[in-house]
Parts: sequence; C-alpha cells; structure tokens
Amino acid sequence: MISHPHHWLDQFIWLTSGLFLLCSFGLIAAAQVLGCLRVYVMQSALLTISVLLLAARYASTDLLAVAGIDIAAKIILIPWLLRRTARRAMIQRRELQLIISVPMSLLIALALTILAYYITAPLCHGQPQVIRAELPIGFAAVFIAIYTITIRREALPQMLGLLAIENGAFFASIVVAPTFPLIGEVAAAFDVLMVVLTLGVLSRRIHHISGSTEVGLLAELQED
Amino acid sequence: MLLMIFINLLQVAVVMLLSPLAVGILNRWKERLAGKKGPSIFQTYRDIWKLFHKDQIISDQSSWVFRAAPYIYFAAPILVTLLIPVLTSYPLFFAFVGDMIGGGFVLAMGGFFFTLAAIDAANPYGAMGASRTRMVGFLAEPVFMVVFFTVCFVANSTIPYIVQQQWVHPITNFFSPAHILICTAFFMLILAETGKIPVDNPSGHFELAMIDESKSLEFSGAGAALMKWAGCMKFFVLLCILMNVLVAPWGLASKVSAVQIALAIPLIFLKLLVAVGAITIVEASLAKLRLFRITAFLGLAFVIAVAAVLTRMIAI
Repeated sequence: MISHPHHWLDQFIWLTSGLFLLCSFGLIAAAQVLGCLRVYVMQSALLTISVLLLAARYASTDLLAVAGIDIAAKIILIPWLLRRTARRAMIQRRELQLIISVPMSLLIALALTILAYYITAPLCHGQPQVIRAELPIGFAAVFIAIYTITIRREALPQMLGLLAIENGAFFASIVVAPTFPLIGEVAAAFDVLMVVLTLGVLSRRIHHISGSTEVGLLAELQED
Repeated sequence: MLLMIFINLLQVAVVMLLSPLAVGILNRWKERLAGKKGPSIFQTYRDIWKLFHKDQIISDQSSWVFRAAPYIYFAAPILVTLLIPVLTSYPLFFAFVGDMIGGGFVLAMGGFFFTLAAIDAANPYGAMGASRTRMVGFLAEPVFMVVFFTVCFVANSTIPYIVQQQWVHPITNFFSPAHILICTAFFMLILAETGKIPVDNPSGHFELAMIDESKSLEFSGAGAALMKWAGCMKFFVLLCILMNVLVAPWGLASKVSAVQIALAIPLIFLKLLVAVGAITIVEASLAKLRLFRITAFLGLAFVIAVAAVLTRMIAI
C-alpha cells in the first residue's frame, strides 16, 4: 500500500465519519417525526464539521463557503421550513410505523454498510486515509437513507430520508472532489431547499385531505 | 507479590465501600434533576444497614438455591473486581486469572442464580421479572461479544489492563471512531444490564412493569441487604470497566506507591461521577421503553458495536 503523509486532522475526520454513520442508523431507529428531524439535523451538523475539517486540511476557502451554505440550509432553514409547513404532523407524538421492524431494519442497514465497504474497496485502495474513511461511509449513508425511504410509511420521515441521501452523497463527494466548483454546491443546496418546500406543502395538502400524513394509508383511489 | 495481593484486596474494599455511595449519588441527582429534594446520598448505606438488622424470612417451599443465591450474587462482582483495573494501571496479582469475557461470565453466573432464586420462591412476579431479565440478557449478549471482539481486534488482548493502555498509546487511538462507538455501545449495555431507565425503571413500584426489581421481592433481611449491596457493586464494577478500561485510563496509579494509590481512590471516584452524571441525564430525559421496544434499543447497541469493527477495518 502506498503510504501518504499523515495529517493530524485525519483522525478527527475519521471520527466524524464514524459518528455520521451512527446518525444514519439513528434515522432508522427514531420513533417519532421530531426525533427523525433531530437526527437529520445532527447528521447535517456532523457533515458540516467534516467539511470544516477538510477545509482546514486542504486550506481551501471553497470548502469554508460550502460549510457556510450547509449551516444556513441544512441546520437552520430546512428544520425551520419543515416546522412551518408541516407543523401538525411534526408535533404529533405518534409512534411511527415501519414496514420491517426496527431491529430487523438495523441488521439490514448493517448489511448495507458492509456492502458499501465492499463495493468501495477497489476505489479506496491505495488512497489517503481521509478517502478511505469517508467514501465508504458516504456510500453507506446513501444506501441506508434509500432503505429508510422504502420502509417508512409516512411522508415526513420519507422526505428526511430523501434529504439524508443528499447528505450521504455530499459526504462522499467532498472528500473525493474537495475542489469542486462552489457554484455546484450552491445549486445543490438551493435545490434541496426547493425540494423541502415543495414536499412540505405537498405533505400539508395530504394531511389536509386525509387527516394524516401516513402515505401507507393512501393505497386506493377515492372517487367523489 | 504480597503487596500486589494487598492492593488487589484494597480494590475490593474500595468497590465494596464506595459502590452504595455511587448509587446514592445517582438517586439523589436524579431526584434533583426532576425538581425534587431527593434522598441523602448516604441513603443506600442506611438501607443496607437496616436490612442487615431485620429478620430473614425464607419460604419453606423454597430450595437451597434461594438460600445460596444472595451469597453467589454477592461474590460475583467481588470476583470481577479482582480482574479489572480499579486503582492501578499495572496488572495486579489476579489480573491474568481471567479476561473481560471471563469477567462477563462471572457476572452472568451471579445473574443466573438471582434469576433461579426469583423463580424458586414461586412468587408470580418473580418469575415474570426473571424471564424478562433473561430476555434483556440474551439481547445484550451479542453486543457484549461484539464489543469484546472489537476490543480484541484493537488491542490484541482481552486482559483489561492491557486494553486500557491501547486507547492512549498512541493518543490518536483515543479519537478513532471504533473507540467512541464501542464506548457508546457499552454505555447502552450498562443501562440495560443494571436496569436503568430506557430499559427498566429502577424507582417504579408497579409490579407488572418491573424487570429487575421484581426479582428481589421475596428476599428479606440479610439476603435482601446482600442483593442490594451486590446490585450496587455490579453497577460500580461495570462503570469501572467503562471508565477505566474503555473510556479513559487516566487517573490510575502507575507506580507501586502508597501516595499514588491513595490519590487514585478519589480520582477514580470523580471519574465515575462523570459516568453517573451521564446516566442521570439519560434517566431524567428519557421515558421507559415498552417491553418490545427493548429489542430496538439493544439492536441499535449491536449495530453500533459492529460499526466499530467495520470502521476499524480501514485502520491506519
């Protein structure tokens, strides 16, 4: 294996990636909508910390700007928008239903993590430690988020799953391409905001019409 | 060598004497956090003292298991204390008699006899609590195993004295995700094993919801005192493993000197208070889980422990 100069920040980047993976599991285990949102915000915060650490490591101002966008969009605006547009579904302290039980889902998520490590192994071979630490976990976060969307029966947690996919993809991409043009990040962040707004309004309509945001119940057509 | 045996026995004395205080402080802090006055931090000592002076009543329908259980349950944490670093960072006389897995088995043996005794007395709540404890126990078992495997993987050893050095030499190990994840998983295990709030409510007095408490309902007098004391010691020993072996091996005596060892006792206790504080916050801020949500809680602990192994695979 090619040895790379070891930066003292690498250890902390590695640590953040471990905690980031933990948040992905938390997204499956959270029992209430508010819990899901909190886990998502925590995951976004870890993503931001990771971006900041990478910015320090590569001495890149672009990444600093990305971190700023992250804080503004994911930690402040998205929770605020969701609380505004989907207030009623958010404050309901109802336990969420999963199609597959939580322990089983966690084991499947674990299998997905192993899969992520397996398929990124050829990509990581001989790369510096930052890439070996972050790339598989970014992939794992994407897989777990997709899985979360499939097992959740409610609109809001599904939406948070969608946002978590973006988090995971972002997490994997910042380390592979730290010099990615800033304009791309701005566009992505803006896109995410639009998605949240649209879906928030949509889920509000669903709630208004059917009295609940459980999309699992919307299996048949109603005529009137 | 005699000195090593002496320090080893000193460890046992420290655990025996300070463990009710740790539990007392936990109870006090929990009540304070809930806005109540709370019992004195020495209340646990008084309870144990009072129970020792009461008559012991044993059902004539029960067998020798019921009579022997308090002593076995009391001996288990003492045996484990001989194996783990409580005061010193260098191995003591009994250090190599058993490793972390051996310690786990000894504790499990105590728990096994406690469970048998609860069923033996034929109190319906005892059997219910016993079967629930077993349920939590077998869900916690794989997590224990994976935690020990990861520790083994990182430190190439399961002897606690060797493991504790591994996390700080080199210091980068301390910040590795495997370390943090393992500590998280083990902390969740302690909550489950000692019957703390997300799994069990230690201060609840409603028999149908009890897990840990209902097993000791039939014990009285000295038996109940031993059970209570042993419960405190088990809690103390598990916290010692968490703080001294897994989280931070600082504050331990590194030389065979009376001053260092005397200084280690308050330092260790301070360190344990940090863990007690963390448990207080968890207990005060969470609600007890429904019985069938416990699988989710321990499932999460299991996944965290396996994730620790996974992240370790890409070690530097």
